[in-house]
Amino acid sequence: MKTEFTKRQLRNDNIQLANDIFRRCVHCGLCTATCSSYVVVGDERDSPRGRIYMIKDMLESGTVPDKTLTTHMDRCLSCFSCMTTCPSGVDYMHLSDLAREEIETHGPRSFYDRMIRAMLSSTLPYPGRFNVMLLLGRLARPLQPLLAIVGLKQMAAMLEMLPARRKKSPEFKGGGTARPKGQQHKRVLLMTGCVQQVVRPSINDASIRLMARQGIEVIVPEKSGCCGALDLHMGKVEKAGVHARRNIQAFKELEEQMPLDGIIINASGCGTTVKDYGHLFGSNKSLRSKKIKAEDAVKFSETVFDISEFLINYNFGTAQLWSDLKVAVHIPCSMMHGQKITDHPQTLLRNAGFTVLPIDEAHICCGSAGVYNVLQPEIATSLGQRKADHISRAKPDIVATANLGCLTQIDHHSSVPVVHFIELLDWAYGGPCPDGLENLKDRVDHLDQD
Amino acid sequence: MGLFSTLHDNSTSNLPRSALAEFQQVLQPNQIILDEMGRRAYETDAFTAYKVMPLAVLLPSSTQEVADITAIAHRFDIPIIPRGAGTSLAGGAIPIETAIVLCLSRMNKILDINTTNRSAKVQAGVTNLAISDAVSDQGFFYAPDPSSQLACTIAGNIAMNSGGAHCLKYGVTTHNLMGVTLVTSEGEILEFGGDYLDPAGYDFLSLIVGSEGGLGIVTEATVMLRPKAEGARPLLLGFETHEEAGDCVAAIIGDGITPVAIEFMDRPAIKVCEDFAQAGYPLDVEALLLIEVEGAPLEIDESLQKIIRTASQFNPVHKRLAKSDEEAAAIWLGRKSAFGAIGRISEYLCMDGVIPLSKLSSVLAKINEICASHKLDVANIFHAGDGNMHPLILYDANKPGIIEIVEKCGAEILELCVLAGGCITGEHGVGLEKRDLMPLQFNEMDLVNQMRIKQLFDPKWLLNPDKVFPIEISKVFQEEGSLASLRDET
Repeated sequence: MKTEFTKRQLRNDNIQLANDIFRRCVHCGLCTATCSSYVVVGDERDSPRGRIYMIKDMLESGTVPDKTLTTHMDRCLSCFSCMTTCPSGVDYMHLSDLAREEIETHGPRSFYDRMIRAMLSSTLPYPGRFNVMLLLGRLARPLQPLLAIVGLKQMAAMLEMLPARRKKSPEFKGGGTARPKGQQHKRVLLMTGCVQQVVRPSINDASIRLMARQGIEVIVPEKSGCCGALDLHMGKVEKAGVHARRNIQAFKELEEQMPLDGIIINASGCGTTVKDYGHLFGSNKSLRSKKIKAEDAVKFSETVFDISEFLINYNFGTAQLWSDLKVAVHIPCSMMHGQKITDHPQTLLRNAGFTVLPIDEAHICCGSAGVYNVLQPEIATSLGQRKADHISRAKPDIVATANLGCLTQIDHHSSVPVVHFIELLDWAYGGPCPDGLENLKDRVDHLDQD
Repeated sequence: MGLFSTLHDNSTSNLPRSALAEFQQVLQPNQIILDEMGRRAYETDAFTAYKVMPLAVLLPSSTQEVADITAIAHRFDIPIIPRGAGTSLAGGAIPIETAIVLCLSRMNKILDINTTNRSAKVQAGVTNLAISDAVSDQGFFYAPDPSSQLACTIAGNIAMNSGGAHCLKYGVTTHNLMGVTLVTSEGEILEFGGDYLDPAGYDFLSLIVGSEGGLGIVTEATVMLRPKAEGARPLLLGFETHEEAGDCVAAIIGDGITPVAIEFMDRPAIKVCEDFAQAGYPLDVEALLLIEVEGAPLEIDESLQKIIRTASQFNPVHKRLAKSDEEAAAIWLGRKSAFGAIGRISEYLCMDGVIPLSKLSSVLAKINEICASHKLDVANIFHAGDGNMHPLILYDANKPGIIEIVEKCGAEILELCVLAGGCITGEHGVGLEKRDLMPLQFNEMDLVNQMRIKQLFDPKWLLNPDKVFPIEISKVFQEEGSLASLRDET
């Protein structure tokens, strides 16, 4: 597309980056068809092409984001389905990051909107605070319909999404090392995330057991925590940087003791972000420090693997379960579009003896998208129902996914039990029956290997 | 009543306040776009060389709402630009300043699938591919397949009589459409055709197909479903010269073989498509033919053998048959994504001429000469089987004055097509892009007669008014339309 920046504007690194992105776009419109918000809303402004065009207009005219741009950027799920579709290779992800930062600093947000965002940003990434919020949330739950009536949709959505009961506490808590029995093959750092530790700790437990059983030493650093994706998607780049620096620091310290074979991530939403630390620190000078340089971030990103990518090369031997369980696999957008991993979880599950079913319209988001289901409850709900409909048409016994957000969202909209695929793998290779699948225990026989 | 005399206070739009009030009576607030940034998102389509902001954008969700909108617009003499997904390469959905855009993107429901009648009734904003997706399980598909089929709407396909790679065997939109619901410029709802093959009386349906939104707004369509072939297999043939490839296409068709598709790509196009799809296209040939045959396995083998035998007279230097479905899908992905993938290297103007098959190689040579004379690069990707050419003229959009040169170059190419016995548009429509080239194809009387037909449907000349016909000639009709409006008021 033609752009109309002045030479002076182009001296700004961000404008230069945006200009390069715009010049690739030919405005063909193919992206509209696979955009998760456009399929629901049906308005050019809620499509990638429309957003790109509006961002271009704002940057060219040198104005601050207006209400229209803010509304429609807020409605973008960052599923990046458009990037899989785009034949021209338009880097919508980094363009939307730029726009979000611009909106966060100069955009027209109401007090209520700012408050909700500040609240999410200052609780979710911190397991301690989040636990307190959960407790308060459960107390406030009866207020939910009232909040919805007075128009505080986001508050209502937040309460609705809270887990109804307290989860079992994690088997492996805080920092620590799982040293496998017998011969040790590999040494990895496991990022245990933030919300996941609290809402479904069994995902991390299953990951640790599964890897240790394979002779992989698993280290969870004391300093490990949120990856920063939450803040980044709300345009809070500096705060995201704080989280990223902490993770990179933890990695560096471990690396200095002994080289690591990988940083393992079992939440694909976080995976997309940590794989992009290199770009984040490369394009934001302010994030770098004496201790954490751009090349440290690049090194970190290059060492990250989604747990499915890491395990796909392992031979797990014979599964210990005999079952006819049918598993519909929902590949999260962050995995499919963000990391271009489309079938590792299915392959791993098939190898473990499960019957894997595809879900129609797999490229469309389930509506979770980080905190999207709190901030944009209407669109998130219609996407959640749409996904649940496709799932029920596949007639599965179980839905497996690879990201906590999707797990929670699908669980909310679908009657089929939902788990992380790692929990199923762990079950098949000797771990406990995953939370929520207790009713399916009868359908499974344990092979006696001894 | 004075037109445009009142401003709407809350926005920069010049939409008369009284008209807005009436639109608000029939539409929800989220169906009306008035703010400047929002209207800007609709100021152009996939033909980005031109852009004009509309007064407003309206997003109806039913035929009745479309009828209500057109009736109001008719009363206030506001022109309407119908829009589907905005994928037009000819500027068919680019607004004019005094118009509102009526966008069908929310009318995307499939209303009925009838495999016994082999028809599907859909709202016109449904995408082309969504129809095939919906009936695929039952063994059917909708045949016309423009490269933008993922995103483009049936409404747009009908407006432009779109074709696609597979129309060599199955025909273009007009051969695959059974009925439409049309809203006239006055807001009347009319039905043409139905779910049967031959309606009684004049064939108005054929008149509506390809009318570029100028005769009415198609809100629903009944399309023909076809049974999917048992199997299909693409074959790639690479040549060292364009001439050999062109002659090969003519020979295959001349032999009486009807492949489903014969697609042509030249060297620059091959490179770009290969970069995107990694389909295994040969990078060391000047021309590549993608030929697909379909049918039962034996039938496929026999057709392919025939084709390969015929092709061997033209020295193909590369020959590859897709061995798996994945390979076949990758081969088609490269072709279908070609226009977008060109965006990786350059902006382009996509031409859409048609020529008789026998002239393919000589026309190709001349196209390259014309582009060279303007110092412009060209990538050729097109449906060679039916002579529908899509030379893509590459240019740097940020270079001042370049677009005028590119358009001149494009006009020369289309003139060449007409002189060769072809025409200036195959499937993209005339739109804004080629309206001034229409006199190459038709004499003034031809054009006037066509405009008389539009005038019958749209006396005030309100539907997509500035498209298709050269402004100098359509001005007379447009002015007559305004006079008609004045008469109405007095």
